[in-house]
Amino acid sequence: MSWINLSALWKIVVFGLIAGAGLPALFAGGLYTLSWGPRTGRVATAGADGGDESDVLVGGNVLGMVLAAIAFLIVLAAIGWGIYEVYQIGHPPVKK
Amino acid sequence: MLVLVVITALCFDFTNGFHDTGNAMATSIATGALGPRTAVAISGVLNFVGAFLSLAVAATIANGLVDTKVVTLTVVAAGLAGGIIWNLVTWLFGIPSSSSHALIGGVIGSVIAASGGSAVLWHGLVSKVILPAVFSPIIAALVAATGTYLLYRISRSMTEGARKHGFRIGQIGSACMVSLAHGTNDAQKTMGVITLALIANGTLAAKSNAPIWVIVCCALAISAGTYIGGWRVIRTLGKGLVEIESPQGMAAESASAAIILLSSSFGYSLSTTHVATGSIIGTGLGKRGAEVRWNVAGRMATAWVFTLPSAALVGAGAEALAHGIGGTLGVVVDLILLAVLAGFIYYRSRGSKVDPNNVNAEWTGTVTPEPAETVAA
Repeated sequence: MSWINLSALWKIVVFGLIAGAGLPALFAGGLYTLSWGPRTGRVATAGADGGDESDVLVGGNVLGMVLAAIAFLIVLAAIGWGIYEVYQIGHPPVKK
Repeated sequence: MLVLVVITALCFDFTNGFHDTGNAMATSIATGALGPRTAVAISGVLNFVGAFLSLAVAATIANGLVDTKVVTLTVVAAGLAGGIIWNLVTWLFGIPSSSSHALIGGVIGSVIAASGGSAVLWHGLVSKVILPAVFSPIIAALVAATGTYLLYRISRSMTEGARKHGFRIGQIGSACMVSLAHGTNDAQKTMGVITLALIANGTLAAKSNAPIWVIVCCALAISAGTYIGGWRVIRTLGKGLVEIESPQGMAAESASAAIILLSSSFGYSLSTTHVATGSIIGTGLGKRGAEVRWNVAGRMATAWVFTLPSAALVGAGAEALAHGIGGTLGVVVDLILLAVLAGFIYYRSRGSKVDPNNVNAEWTGTVTPEPAETVAA
């Protein structure tokens, strides 16, 4: 009988970092590549007043969009898988 | 008698819901990613769904903390009274304290009053409740700080407007995950207590799982409470601790969701509140130049330390009273007292209202915002 379940603790830290910081980082990466291209207003209005106010997300670069789509899909898949896992663990097969 | 206890438990679940809306939605409301009313509505629905997702925590509460042999319905009712009172008092002050600790404290207090300290499973209490309470905010802060750092680093060459827009979307997604996680963790607690009551009544065998009607009622109660929205707590979390931008909001919510879901699946009944607060502080640490209002954080931490013992005291008092009067009447007297107190606290709260309209007002050092227009103050 130990007071601290160390194996659970480090699992929570490691998976917590992967899911809690890694996934949002991936999402940020997706947003970043999505903004590649001419349409975000970065280039066109650079230096001009209010250039940073543009909230257009899609830059128009095809490679950027594909990379972003992959990143977003991975994030969604990870969330789906995570919920499925929680459901599995939370509903152990009934033993009578 | 059983009916009374179940109703009290559902009332607790309701206070739990509105006390904890802030954990999921405070940052989204603060950054404007979601309108206040939309936010609480979404959160309510997802709490409902989350309640069905996992039952691990309910099992811990029902079987892991006290000796089920000594638990009577009176004990459960007294414990719930302790939890509800503490929840309402902290809500009045806008302090996001842990509903879980309030509940667990109340139950433990009434068990001790009823049959002494030996009936409490101290090992379960320390290893499944107290230690996670110490570790979880620290881990949450670490994860959120890492996330915040990464998000700002990756997005630094994006335009300010695009960044805000993009992360708002991410923030909504991650806030939804927190609501879901809250359902899997917090709705469970009340299920655990009702299960405990059913075991005490002999309706269920010891070590049983929560029956389906219990799950449905708890899910409904918590989502109703969530929808009402604890605006005071939302305000403290969203505005009081750290001034939050949307990337920070997303980092905080993701960290909270990940940790709550992970811990729930290990059966740790940790406090959503502690995790969310830790995460929000973490985002303040992870962004250069952001300021954490440590005095607000310190006040919360103090409240956390007192939550278990205070709720235990109220629980013990309620148990002693109910026992002194005896039988169903004792419980009824307890509940009437509870209702009177709750009414009083509600009445007090009217004097300094925090609602969807002023929840985001500039932080001036107190929960109650400066009145925008003085209409019959």
